[in-house]
Amino acid sequence: MSAHAPVHHTEAPKGWFRHYIFSLDHKIIGTQYILLGLSAVTIGVILSLFMRIHLVWPNAHIWGFANGIVSPEDYLRVVTMHGTLMVFFVLTTVPQSGFGNYFLPIQIGAPDMAFPTINMLSFWTTLLAMLVLLSSAFVPGGASISGWTAYAPLSAVGQIAGPGLGLGQTLWVISIALFCGGSLMSAINFIGTTIDLRTKGLSLMRLPLTVWGWFITACVALLAFGVLLAACILLLLDRLAKTSFFIPANLDVSGVLLHHAGGSPLLWQHLFWFFGHPEVYIAILPGMGIISHVLSTFSRKPVFGYKAMVYSLSAIGFLSFTVWGHHMFVSGMNPYSALAFSILTLVIGVPSAIKTFNWLGTLWGGRIHFTAAMLFAIGFVSVFVTGGLSGIFLAQPALDLYLHDTYYVIGHFHLIMGVAAIFAMFAATYYWFPKMFGRHMNETLGKVHFWCTFVGVYCIFMPMHYLGYAGDPRRYSSIESVNYLIPLHPVHYFISVAAFFTASAQLLFYWNFFWSMRHGKPAERNPWHATTLEWAVPTPVPHDNFAGRYPTVYRGPYEYSVPGAADDYIPQDIAPELVAKA
Amino acid sequence: MPPHTTVTDEIEIISSGGGAKPPLPTGGGDDGQRGERPEMPQRIYITGITVAMAGILMFFMALVSAFIVRKGLGSDWHSFPIPRILWANTAILLVSSLTLSYARRLFKRGDQPGFRHWWAVTTVLGLFFLVGQLIAWRQMVATGFYLASNASNSFFYVLTAAHGLHLLGGIIALLFVGWGRLRRLTLATASEIAGYYWHFMDGLWVFLFLLLLLGR
Amino acid sequence: MATNEELKARRSRAKAMVLRKSSAGSAVPAVMFAIVIGVLVASTLFLHFDHIWWFPPAITPVGHQIDHQFLLTFIVTGIVFVLAQLTLAWMVFRYRDQGHKAHFVRGSHVLEVAWTTITLVIFVSLGVMAAHAWGEVHFGGPAPGALQVEVTGVQFQWNFRYPGPDGKFGRIVPADIDASVGNPLGLDPNDPEGKLNIVTPSLYLPVNRPIVLMIRSQDVIHSFFVRELRIKQDAVPGLVIPVHFTVNKIGTYEITCNQLCGLGHYHMHAFLHVLSQADFAQWEKKQWASLSTQ
Repeated sequence: MSAHAPVHHTEAPKGWFRHYIFSLDHKIIGTQYILLGLSAVTIGVILSLFMRIHLVWPNAHIWGFANGIVSPEDYLRVVTMHGTLMVFFVLTTVPQSGFGNYFLPIQIGAPDMAFPTINMLSFWTTLLAMLVLLSSAFVPGGASISGWTAYAPLSAVGQIAGPGLGLGQTLWVISIALFCGGSLMSAINFIGTTIDLRTKGLSLMRLPLTVWGWFITACVALLAFGVLLAACILLLLDRLAKTSFFIPANLDVSGVLLHHAGGSPLLWQHLFWFFGHPEVYIAILPGMGIISHVLSTFSRKPVFGYKAMVYSLSAIGFLSFTVWGHHMFVSGMNPYSALAFSILTLVIGVPSAIKTFNWLGTLWGGRIHFTAAMLFAIGFVSVFVTGGLSGIFLAQPALDLYLHDTYYVIGHFHLIMGVAAIFAMFAATYYWFPKMFGRHMNETLGKVHFWCTFVGVYCIFMPMHYLGYAGDPRRYSSIESVNYLIPLHPVHYFISVAAFFTASAQLLFYWNFFWSMRHGKPAERNPWHATTLEWAVPTPVPHDNFAGRYPTVYRGPYEYSVPGAADDYIPQDIAPELVAKA
Repeated sequence: MPPHTTVTDEIEIISSGGGAKPPLPTGGGDDGQRGERPEMPQRIYITGITVAMAGILMFFMALVSAFIVRKGLGSDWHSFPIPRILWANTAILLVSSLTLSYARRLFKRGDQPGFRHWWAVTTVLGLFFLVGQLIAWRQMVATGFYLASNASNSFFYVLTAAHGLHLLGGIIALLFVGWGRLRRLTLATASEIAGYYWHFMDGLWVFLFLLLLLGR
Repeated sequence: MATNEELKARRSRAKAMVLRKSSAGSAVPAVMFAIVIGVLVASTLFLHFDHIWWFPPAITPVGHQIDHQFLLTFIVTGIVFVLAQLTLAWMVFRYRDQGHKAHFVRGSHVLEVAWTTITLVIFVSLGVMAAHAWGEVHFGGPAPGALQVEVTGVQFQWNFRYPGPDGKFGRIVPADIDASVGNPLGLDPNDPEGKLNIVTPSLYLPVNRPIVLMIRSQDVIHSFFVRELRIKQDAVPGLVIPVHFTVNKIGTYEITCNQLCGLGHYHMHAFLHVLSQADFAQWEKKQWASLSTQ
């Protein structure tokens, strides 16, 4: 026993402000990020419902909008804010800075992140960025209408190209630039922590796949966000200082001749998507790690092909920097480079396929327990397959000629980002809630939440593929003007109804989440009988995670149903001589 | 949020890992020492600055590739005379790297006053560089080359400003080290990582300067 | 007669068996997965085969090539989709907790190599096969004697410009752009080569003749898209991007803008009229005639 090793406790700071608001504790910061993401997703979902109402019931009166009708400019503002909030403030924060911050240090046996002050700063920078973004809706001209992709020159020439492109667009750029800063700080923390603070015995190949997911995501973020920051600075200069990075000469916008020199709109796209494609992998990689983790726990089996999972996560991270051109096949980019990007895009599908095979292999021969977390993990595999396969079509420029910028693309990326990544977050929530709050979420409510959501999201996003086949373009604020869109109205109607149903089902989750914090069934230390280090610490988790006694790791992270062992799980930190034999 | 509790009892049960020595230093072995933040090994700061430099490098590479793409686009790239003072600035920055290396060597030899002296020299040289950059800007404006005059000018200002801001961060770091009142880092580690960053800024400047010279 | 010990042992074994069975999970979630995934697969297959909401028929040879590539991709991904989803549903049902111990296995090197290789070969082959259709649109140039038409996107309107009988396009001066006086493109009034340039808001093309569209924009990025042509090209200010094809079916088709360009993006549409060669020649003559009298 460790009675003689000096125990170096650290205590939580006194004072409500230091403890809860300006906390340096990674667990509190992780929770803050999760709550930030929850606020962002709430707004984002409501905005998407506005979109669906306006498309299908364009004469409906909606409180808050001028004349009670959603005008074309309001619709595009909603589109922009929805995309920006969801991609940046939900998908890039919660899986990584939310759950990652909370559980990375614990899973590697560390007392905190390597740089707690920078951790705190990264959260407050991100929160500031979100407030700046939201403020853009309330300034003269309103929020930007150029989408979350903010293509130049539309986003660069200012108010003459449309409403919201004045101060609203400037605030958007500032918000994103701030977000870049917060993400870069966070990435440095994650990388440093994983490299340097692993406890004794925890070699890289014994890390839980959640940690691998967070680590590789941080590496990708480190290299991608600097590029977006550079692009934002150049865009800001074009807007405010009349430079011509992205604005070509001889533009006549709304009858006004602009005096710019020969900038390149494609340059913005290259810079944006060089960041933008790694960004979407930043959104999904932590989720992949979490799903492997959850599937293993509730199949009572090791993750099938652990090494292959690590290599495929790494391959995806690396390759994500080589495929950005597939967003630009019809942009006017060199058609020869299109072919190169196409092949690379198809190649990056391979590690994702490997992961899917390995997830199925993890289920094979298992003893599957259908907890709410597990339901979302299984659902993840289904939606990830569906969403991933539609990518095979888009990866071919010949097919992208038709499908680019249609609803097919919206269906594709929503299934991957808006469903699969969200499922991973739900799985993570149901899984880790007992450790975070010392209480269980209601399993029955969780199951109902899952089934309503699983059916609902397929009803929303599968039909979008058919809209794409029919050539329905994206970001149209009305589907009344183009003749060939009229026969598609029933499909849009179905999607809108499904959207309302699915959004309503999320209320079950909100209720469950907040109610269970106070009134959920008290949780034991390791309710899922799981093997990784977060289940070795008491609930509630001590301020410095291990109360001064850091564990030694003796084995890999997924030793479930090991032959010869009495229990169907062996925690990572139990010495071999202490493992009960059958 | 669950209230904080001391949980030594449960630790006895779970740490059946046989009294693993904590991988982190325990601050002098005081039993039950209550600090607010746990001790971290110094190597995390080396990793941290290395990782940060990688991120910063990507930021500059984005600007540089924008430069190269924009230059190659068309015939409207007009050259401009490089302010002569930039040569002096470059020399000053290179010398400051030398003085910094010398300061660190003195530190390793245990010569504290020598270290402080040459560290201060480095800091002052850094400030001279920044002032020199501002003078270069004034010279550009005086000869009629403004930020929006031409793409080549725009990049001149953007690249020098971006580098200057990052160098300012480096100067602040040098000042912190010189001040000596470091809380979590040892002086050895702080001077080491400040040194890496400074050399990185130096090398980056040489690269940017050559780019501007050859590409303008 | 069994001894007390034997009876006790038997009873405890029975109890253990009951415990194991009752600790097994319910089959309901597995059945529900089977149902949902079954409906998903069935409906997806049905809607893909039934073509209710589908591509309109292609009117260019390259369009047919693209459709062929689409079909190929659909078959491959369709098989993978069905197999993967049904395997998931089956795994979840077959390996639900029935009181047994899980089968301990770390992985299979052979399987990893096999499914990596097969996936790589299939995916890359699809890409290589698709390259031909892409090349048809973008590589090589248009056939000699192709009809050149300039396509200009502006907020929120398409304008099309044809050369005069001499096959030449006049100069454009952005300062002269003024739609209210009938000069939406900014044709230089002093340039004789532009005098007989036809400028229309609708696109007229002759059937069975090579076409090259020169796609450009006056203000922000737009995108020219005609479903039946199977062709889409962004209209980028500062660039003129050629797209070449031949149409082989007479008819009227809708042109939409496919890149967010501002408020009126949703109603920036025009019509493509594909005429017989004789009708097209007649149309051209009529336009030139009315232009030369102006």
